[in-house]
Amino acid sequence: MEHSELLVDWSRAQFALTALYHWLFVPLTLGLTFIVAIMETIYVKTGDPKWKTTTKYWMGLLAINFAIGLATGIIMEFEFGTNWSNYSWIVGDIFGAPLAIEGLMAFFMESTFFAVMFFGWNKVSKKMHLLSTWLVAIGSNLSALWILVANGWMQHPVGMHFNPDTARNEMENFWEVFLNPNAVSKFLHTISSGYVLASLFVIGISAWYLLKKRDTQFARRSIIVASSFGLITSIFLLTTGDESAHQVALNQPMKLAAMEGLYEGEKRAGIVAFGVLNEAKEIGDDAEEFLFSFKIPGALSFLGYHDLNAFVPGINDIVYGNKKHNIISVEEKMKQGKLAIAALSEYKTAKKNHDMPRAQKALEVFEANQKYMGYGYLNDPKDAVPDVSLSFYSFHTMVGLGTWFLVLFIISLYYSMTNEMHNKKWLLYVALFTIPMGYVAQEAGWIVAEVGRQPWAIQDLLPVGMAASNVARTSVMITFWLFAILFTGLLIAEVKIMLKQIKIGPEGH
Amino acid sequence: MDITLYDLQVYWWLLVSVIGALFVFMTFVQGGQTLLYTLAKTEDERDLLVNTLGRKWELTFTALVMFGGALFAAFPLFYAVSFGGAYFVWMAILFCFIIQAVAYEYRKKPDNLYGERFYEILLYINGSLGIFLIGVALGTLFSGGNFTVNEMNLSMWTKPSYGLEALLNPFNLAFGLMLVFLARMQGALYFLNALDAPEVTARIKDVLKKNFVIFLVLFLYVVATILLQDGYVYDPKTKEISIESMKFLHIFLDLPLLLVVLLAGVVTLLYGVYIALFKESRKAIFFTALGTVLTVIIVMLILGVDNSVYYPSLADMQSSLTIENSSGSYYTLSVMSVVSLLVPVVLGYIVAVWRSMDKTKVTIEEIKSDPHHY
Repeated sequence: MEHSELLVDWSRAQFALTALYHWLFVPLTLGLTFIVAIMETIYVKTGDPKWKTTTKYWMGLLAINFAIGLATGIIMEFEFGTNWSNYSWIVGDIFGAPLAIEGLMAFFMESTFFAVMFFGWNKVSKKMHLLSTWLVAIGSNLSALWILVANGWMQHPVGMHFNPDTARNEMENFWEVFLNPNAVSKFLHTISSGYVLASLFVIGISAWYLLKKRDTQFARRSIIVASSFGLITSIFLLTTGDESAHQVALNQPMKLAAMEGLYEGEKRAGIVAFGVLNEAKEIGDDAEEFLFSFKIPGALSFLGYHDLNAFVPGINDIVYGNKKHNIISVEEKMKQGKLAIAALSEYKTAKKNHDMPRAQKALEVFEANQKYMGYGYLNDPKDAVPDVSLSFYSFHTMVGLGTWFLVLFIISLYYSMTNEMHNKKWLLYVALFTIPMGYVAQEAGWIVAEVGRQPWAIQDLLPVGMAASNVARTSVMITFWLFAILFTGLLIAEVKIMLKQIKIGPEGH
Repeated sequence: MDITLYDLQVYWWLLVSVIGALFVFMTFVQGGQTLLYTLAKTEDERDLLVNTLGRKWELTFTALVMFGGALFAAFPLFYAVSFGGAYFVWMAILFCFIIQAVAYEYRKKPDNLYGERFYEILLYINGSLGIFLIGVALGTLFSGGNFTVNEMNLSMWTKPSYGLEALLNPFNLAFGLMLVFLARMQGALYFLNALDAPEVTARIKDVLKKNFVIFLVLFLYVVATILLQDGYVYDPKTKEISIESMKFLHIFLDLPLLLVVLLAGVVTLLYGVYIALFKESRKAIFFTALGTVLTVIIVMLILGVDNSVYYPSLADMQSSLTIENSSGSYYTLSVMSVVSLLVPVVLGYIVAVWRSMDKTKVTIEEIKSDPHHY
């Protein structure tokens, strides 16, 4: 039951739309919940009411952001069913569990204590309130944990086997799924990116107050907390990013090749520090990969395999195979995959007719070829290649911006410690304009992760073409536009409200 | 004694029923949202109502997410068949819930682009259409859906209206409306309990009475239809599905305990309404809550036990879903059963927080004095 390409594209578009909007709100929630928890802790420790004002102010902005993140999140969960119903059956036995655990462990914690955090200032004790604030932070980060366990599993499926009788993958080891190295590095990288974004947000807005020469005490306090938090977490972000890239190299070599625009594999492969892709380049031809580029030699080998001399396969090696490096061509994998699919169907028919010997034989063929079953759904070996320019540019945008954020935190921490920040107008402007850059980096990161693994919904196991729901394309188009209009309308309102609250400021004037 | 796969399937159907029942009770938030203009006559009163609901709306929202998550983990084939098939109904439900999430937060904020009224309309849509559609979707568990499931367990919807055809079935409509009026009753009772504002609470009785009468009529119609309708059952050995007349009535006769619990639920609910109307009790909501939860659990449970089919297919009888042919694997259900031990912990802290937050009743003065109110 494969679907028309257009249906699949619209289903992907709808999911991408939801994910991109969802991700405009979530990282700020992940980080700002911790920042307000730290601020409130200072308040409870010192008893200084100024810190209470500071905490309450950032909490107010958090609340504006929180609701819409929650709303777009529920859509994503249900879209696995509405738009990816084959997926929901074929891997639901593994994938459903982390989502359910997320709801039970994290969502209830967040929503219960969120109400205390906002309405409980005069209803519960100071300590109980502080605990609630921390529980909101922990809850939102726990929910990130479980959803990234789910996503990590899609990128690197482990801990399961295929059951031919139910025609689906079934979980056989929960701990393997939970402790999947891909999921762990993804989780750490993602939450730390949220902390960095929230720090940029707090510094940028505080910088605006300093530029306006108002609420300066409040702004300075906020900058110190956010710069320290941002600096520590962006170092963490870099190291987890390194581990993420290592995981990609091990499990998703095609994604790594696309991220670097690497067509011909090589030892001592370099990372492109900057470059412009040659858009005329096709898979398998001799054209140059870049119009111009500056590479750091050996860096990709080191990043991917922690070895300067490691061989990094290129797109052509993976598509056409490379005997020397033991890489099987996509065509060969497709052949095996098609054998597996045919054998599974044969097995089903034989079983229905109670022809056990025939079923047994089919099962043997299936098991021998099962490893590449997902490739059997592809129509052309080139379909195994993701969009190279989107992967390449998003990856480099993310890395470049991430590096810049680290530098900014060092500078802002230094000047806020020496109490000169308010005099450095250029720095204040830079800090303000870095806020949108933070969002760009966030979205770019998810584009690399999700576009880079195409055509797979589950790496090597299930292509998106097979995963989609069997609904009419026009139905998906209708809901896509409805959601696009709704999300955009709400986003504009959100930004307007947020800007107004910033103008009103912490003292409410 | 070994736990069998069937035991786990029944356990998970029970859990799904419990979560569903808790959700139905929590829709008092939605019901309350539809009463903003009925119960409140001034701006201040309306703010009071919105803020009182605003402390609870996320719990309802989370309960809905949890209901979906539990279905996904335990009965993934239902997730695939129903969500991917009755596409427009579920999408419309999602639409109705996104707008709720932002409405509370944005309604009173300066520069909110569309104005206070707009966000109140969003709350109204969520409270009426959102709950109605969920009721319609739940109704199809009894009335069936137009889907087929092939030998690879991949599914297809056979009607191009992708679920909207359920709106043509009077039983589904009654089920949806019944939930709306139940939610409104509960919303009124919640206000009665949580508010310290005599002008507002004085209007509650009248609202409660009207909504209760409509609810009762719908409820009796729904129950009578369920008891008298033909139902799908499966043969536990061959898994073959067939039709049995008055199946659900037979289930109650086979398993009288279910009937007892159902009656207890209904009586408790009626008692709650009675003490609210005639005994001036503020605690009525706790009785209607318990009554609702017990009743919904049984209504859900009869779909999953005694060889019952919980999602009949109108397009191909043998494609119908049962707890046996649609569940997760033994391993996954076991893992999730261990995780489910957290449920009492979660319920425990929700109750504890609820109590400490609701110790003092909400007043207009309190809302006015809090700069961060909704």
